[in-house]
Amino acid sequence: MHHLPRRRIAHSLFLAALVGLPAFAQVDFTGEWSPLYHEDGPERLPGPELGDYTELPINASARMAADTYDADRISVVPEYQCRPHGGDYSMRGLGNLRIWREIDQNSQKLIAFHTHLLAWDSERTIWMDGRPHPPDWAPHTWQGFSTGVWDGNMLTITTTHLKINYMRRNGVPRSDKAVFTEHWMRHGDYLTVVTVIQDPVYLTEPLVRSDNWYIDPGQNIGIFGCEYAPEVPRPEGTVPAHLPGQNKYLHEFADWYGLPFEATRGGAETLYPEYQKKIAPEYHPPAKCERYCKCTSLFDCNVGSK
Amino acid sequence: MAHVQGNVYVLMGDGGNISVQIGKDGIAMVDTGFAPLAPKAMAEIRKLSDGPIRWIVNTHVHADHTGGNAEFAKLGMTRESVGPPRIVAQSNVLNRMSSHTPGQPKIPEAAWPNDEYFLPTKDFFINGEAVIVYHVPHAHTDGDSLVYFRKSDVLATGDVFTPEHYPFIDLARGGSVQGYIDALNKIIEITVPAKYQEGGTLVIPGHGRLCDEADVVEYRNMLTIVRDRFVSMIKQGMTLDQIKAAKPTLDYDTQYSAGIVKTDKFVEDVYKSLTQKVSASK
Repeated sequence: MHHLPRRRIAHSLFLAALVGLPAFAQVDFTGEWSPLYHEDGPERLPGPELGDYTELPINASARMAADTYDADRISVVPEYQCRPHGGDYSMRGLGNLRIWREIDQNSQKLIAFHTHLLAWDSERTIWMDGRPHPPDWAPHTWQGFSTGVWDGNMLTITTTHLKINYMRRNGVPRSDKAVFTEHWMRHGDYLTVVTVIQDPVYLTEPLVRSDNWYIDPGQNIGIFGCEYAPEVPRPEGTVPAHLPGQNKYLHEFADWYGLPFEATRGGAETLYPEYQKKIAPEYHPPAKCERYCKCTSLFDCNVGSK
Repeated sequence: MAHVQGNVYVLMGDGGNISVQIGKDGIAMVDTGFAPLAPKAMAEIRKLSDGPIRWIVNTHVHADHTGGNAEFAKLGMTRESVGPPRIVAQSNVLNRMSSHTPGQPKIPEAAWPNDEYFLPTKDFFINGEAVIVYHVPHAHTDGDSLVYFRKSDVLATGDVFTPEHYPFIDLARGGSVQGYIDALNKIIEITVPAKYQEGGTLVIPGHGRLCDEADVVEYRNMLTIVRDRFVSMIKQGMTLDQIKAAKPTLDYDTQYSAGIVKTDKFVEDVYKSLTQKVSASK
């Protein structure tokens, strides 16, 4: 009998083991994740100021929708009381996140990632098995339909079939024709999610934002729960809205922060560094901070009053 | 043909959406599309059922929803048929189909509704579930019906709900913006979402994708807000041209005006609906 050297046997066994390995995901995002609010904290926690459309490449349609939006709608229209964030806005992290994997028992291949968010108990499936998105006539949902592909160790997710929702909670809308792209990057105990919204109805350019999360193994996400209850007497079918040109609150943001009004109106031009130079002569910040001076959590955002 | 839920399926293509309920008793349909497309549509239905068509409900008079009536009545006959299908519609649909408009081809009698109703509702039972037909007056037209498959929890709305384009207010046939809003509120009253405003009652619109209550709410909100703006401008004495120049629907144009009802037509129809008397039914 011919005996192979031990080194060759070990090498052959190692190669055989590699060939037999199933295709594991490059990165495991599984875990309990706590949102970090050092980025865009005031907008994401207590909420955006009325009339603040900065950083949004919106068009005139979106601007008018936001100008005429009345937040009373959330309480007066019963069907809005339990209306969740869309799958895109959910990733702005109002609430804690759980991610887990679904693995095929036979092949040990990754079928999907699943997410659960505190807000409205929202759950989403991110399909990793190459399945196509549904046809145009399929129903839209709050979380949409998501598929993911690996780009090295970064997971790129594409979501379609989202219901009408918002890009910002002061009335800036997001249409049901939008495509939502995310890039998930895990670096140790941190998860960075870069999001891109392309909306042919309301945006002139893609809206790019980012949010960060920190692993929190002790996290215990509770039940959100919501039941609508009409509490405001009003005629049936009332939909609160400001008439065009009648919203008297739109200048508040500019006045409080010393900004020229035009700079608060959003639009692609206002996103770029050159715009800072353009408005510099008209920018007069207040002598001392009076609003959102310290804002690292929902409970320490102190909002001054004028 | 796509499964909606329960016993209900939908055919989508040229012409209006066609809802099909299938079971051991046979077939019930809501709307019949254009006449030339009926054989192809019937071939799709026959993949799921070889039973007779027992009931056809027309949601309104327009040809893209009633054109296939006669064809389906013929194609849907089998050995089990006890007669032609009952073609249900609100009485104004029969009135309009049976009266001849000069310059338009006559609609053959075989296509007319033969089971018209004039009370607020009509109902029947097929394939283990109640089917309730609600009249919603002076909405898209003066003869609109909503059709609710109670056990399947599916509501077919006809053209009182078209999520992908502005409403077509058929003023000449008795449509009105207030009636449209009332009809959308009726849909919201009937539908019940499963959880957090999603799922539950599924809605088959006259044209466009499958929806649920939340989608109808957005459409109702749009139309209510637009109506409120027009009421305010009309009270100020603005003319139609002045209203058009003010662009009162700018925030919705990019969402809804790509379809068959463009902004100018929508603005004109809303203005006329609010300033003129609703057209009398025939």
